[in-house]
Amino acid sequence: MDPVLEVQGLVNRFGTQLVHDGLNMQVAQDEVFGIVGGSGSGKSVLLRTILGLQRPQAGVVRIGGSDITQMSPPQLRAVKARYGVSFQQGALYSGLTVLQNVQLPMIEHLQLTAAARDELALLKICLVGLPADAAAKYPAQLSGGMVKRAALARALALDPSLLFLDEPTSGLDPVSAAAFDELVLYLQQHLRLTMVMITHDLDTIFRTCNRVGVIVDGRMESDTLERIVDHPHPWIQAYFHGERARERLGAARGA
Amino acid sequence: MFVEVERSASQVGLQLTGAWRALEIADIERALAAIDLAAGTAVRIGTQGLTALDLTGAWALREFLQRARGRGIEVTFSGAPPDQLRLLDETLAGADAAAAAAATPAVPPGHDPVLTAIGRYAVRAGADMVEGLAFVGRASITLLRGLTNFRRLRPISVARHVYDTGITAVPIVALIAFLISVIIAYMSAQQLRGLGADIYVVDLVAIGVLRELGVLLTSIIVAGRSGSAFAAELGSMKLNEEVDALTATGVDPFEVLVVPRLLGLAIALPLLTIIADLVGLAGGGLLCRYLLDMPLTQFVGRVNYAISPTTFWVGLLKAPVFAVLIGLAGCYRGMQVRGSARELGRLVTVAVVQAIFFVILADALFAVLFMKMDI
Repeated sequence: MDPVLEVQGLVNRFGTQLVHDGLNMQVAQDEVFGIVGGSGSGKSVLLRTILGLQRPQAGVVRIGGSDITQMSPPQLRAVKARYGVSFQQGALYSGLTVLQNVQLPMIEHLQLTAAARDELALLKICLVGLPADAAAKYPAQLSGGMVKRAALARALALDPSLLFLDEPTSGLDPVSAAAFDELVLYLQQHLRLTMVMITHDLDTIFRTCNRVGVIVDGRMESDTLERIVDHPHPWIQAYFHGERARERLGAARGA
Repeated sequence: MFVEVERSASQVGLQLTGAWRALEIADIERALAAIDLAAGTAVRIGTQGLTALDLTGAWALREFLQRARGRGIEVTFSGAPPDQLRLLDETLAGADAAAAAAATPAVPPGHDPVLTAIGRYAVRAGADMVEGLAFVGRASITLLRGLTNFRRLRPISVARHVYDTGITAVPIVALIAFLISVIIAYMSAQQLRGLGADIYVVDLVAIGVLRELGVLLTSIIVAGRSGSAFAAELGSMKLNEEVDALTATGVDPFEVLVVPRLLGLAIALPLLTIIADLVGLAGGGLLCRYLLDMPLTQFVGRVNYAISPTTFWVGLLKAPVFAVLIGLAGCYRGMQVRGSARELGRLVTVAVVQAIFFVILADALFAVLFMKMDI
C-alpha cells in the first residue's frame, strides 16, 4: 500500500544554516508516527514544509501520492481539506468562540446548513472530551488543556484521515497529558486516523506511537518504537536511555 | 450515488454505496433527502457497499434514521449497524441539553432590549471612566516618584521614544505643515485679492500656523502614528503576558512602559511643533513670493508686524498637553487589552479616535481660555 505521507530528499536551508540535509520519511495508513528531535533540529520546519507553509530548497513531499511542492494553489486547497492540524499553542482564532473555531473549516469546505454545522461542530467538541458549554467560550477563557482539546476538535472538523499534532501534550500536567494520550488513542481506533505527532513527551511516545522518526544531523532515523530505542546514534541513545527515559523503557519492555 | 433504492411490496431496501466523507456531505444529504418514504413502510439498510464512512457521513445517516423513525417507519440494518453510529450516540448523549444551556439569552426575560442595551452601555462607560481616572492617577504617582530618582525615569527608554515618536515623524510632519500653509495661503489670497488686501494673507498664514494649525495638525498626525503604536505595542505585550512577567519580576510596568512613553512624547511633540511652525512659515513665504509677487523681505517684515510676542508660545504651550493626552489614551487602551486579537484591534482604534478627540477638545478649551486671558 502506498504511504499516506512521504518525504524524500528534503533540504531546507536558512542562510548558511542547513536544517534538513536529505531527510526521508514515510508514514503508512493507520500509523501513529512520532517525530522526535533536539531543540533546533528542525521538527517544526519539517511540519511547516509538509503543510505547505514553507517551500523546501529541494525534495519531495507526497500526501496521498501527489507532490505538494509542485501543486497549484487550488490543488493544494483540496489536499488541505483532507488533513487536520493542531498547532502547538492551539492557534485558536481568539476572536471566535470554540464553536465558531470548529465551524470555520466547515464553512470553507462543506456545504451545510447553519443548524447542521452547529450540530456537527458540537459533536466534534464533545468527541474530544470538552463539556458542551465550552462551545460558547472564547479561547482566552479556556485552560491550557482545554485549548489543546479545542484545537484537536478544530483539526477534526472535516473528518480528516490524516492528522498532524504539534506537541499535543506540552504544557499540560501529567494527568491531563495522560488523558490526552488516551483521547488520541481512542480517536485513532474509532476514526481510523493516521497521525503524525511532534512530541518530546516520552510517556506520549510510549503510549501512543507505533513508529518513531528521530531527526539527527538533518536526517531522519525512523523505525518501530521497539527497535529505534536500540539505534546506536549517540543522541538517540541519550534520549531513550537517559535518566528520565530509563524507567519508562523498563516498564514498556517488561510489559 | 451514495444510496441505491430497491422497492418491494412491503419494504424499501437502501444500499449505501461509495465513500461517505465530509467533503461529499452536500451530495449525501441530497441523496438522502430524495428518498421518498411513505409512512408505515419498513426500511432495511445495507452497508456492505460502503467504502468509507466518516463521522460527518455517519451524522447524516443518523439524522436520516431519526427523521424516519420519527414518522413511525421501522428501520433495520442488514448486518450490524456501522460502529460510527454507536460512537455518535455515545458522544451526543449529553450534548443537546447542554448546548441549549450554553445559548443563554443576552437579555433577561421581561426586559426591553433597547433599555437593557442602553443601561449596559451606561454602566460600562461609567466603569471605564473610573478606570481611566485610576490609570491617570497611577501614571502621575509613578511620574512623581520618578522625579526623586533620575534613574527611575528610565532615560534610555525615554530617548528611544523621543526617537520613535519624534525624529522618525519629522518628514511627514514637515510635509503636512508645508501643504497646510499652502492651502491657507491659496484660499485666503483668492478672497483677499478682491478687496486689495493681499498683505493680510501673511497675517493669516503666520497666525494660523503658529497659534493653531501647526500644533493641532502635528498632534493629529502623532496621535495616528504614536497613539496607535503605543496601544498596539502595550496591547500585544499584555496578550503575550509580558506585562505580567514584569510585574512578577517586581518591576512596575507603569514605570518602564507607560511613563517613558508619556515623557518621550511630551518631549518630542513640542519639538515637532517647532519644526511644523518653521516649515509652515517657510511654505507661506514661498507661496507669497510666487503667488503674490511679494519679496521675502516684505514677508518677513509683515510676519514680525502681524504676530505678537505670545503667538508662538501660545501654540507651543499646547504641545506638551496634547502629547500627554495622546500618550495617556494610547497607553491606557493598550493596557486594557485582554484575551484576543480582535480586542487588540478594537482598542487600538479606540485609542486613536479618543486621542484625536481629546486633542481637539483641549484645543477648543485652550481657545476659550486664551480669549478670556486676552492673549
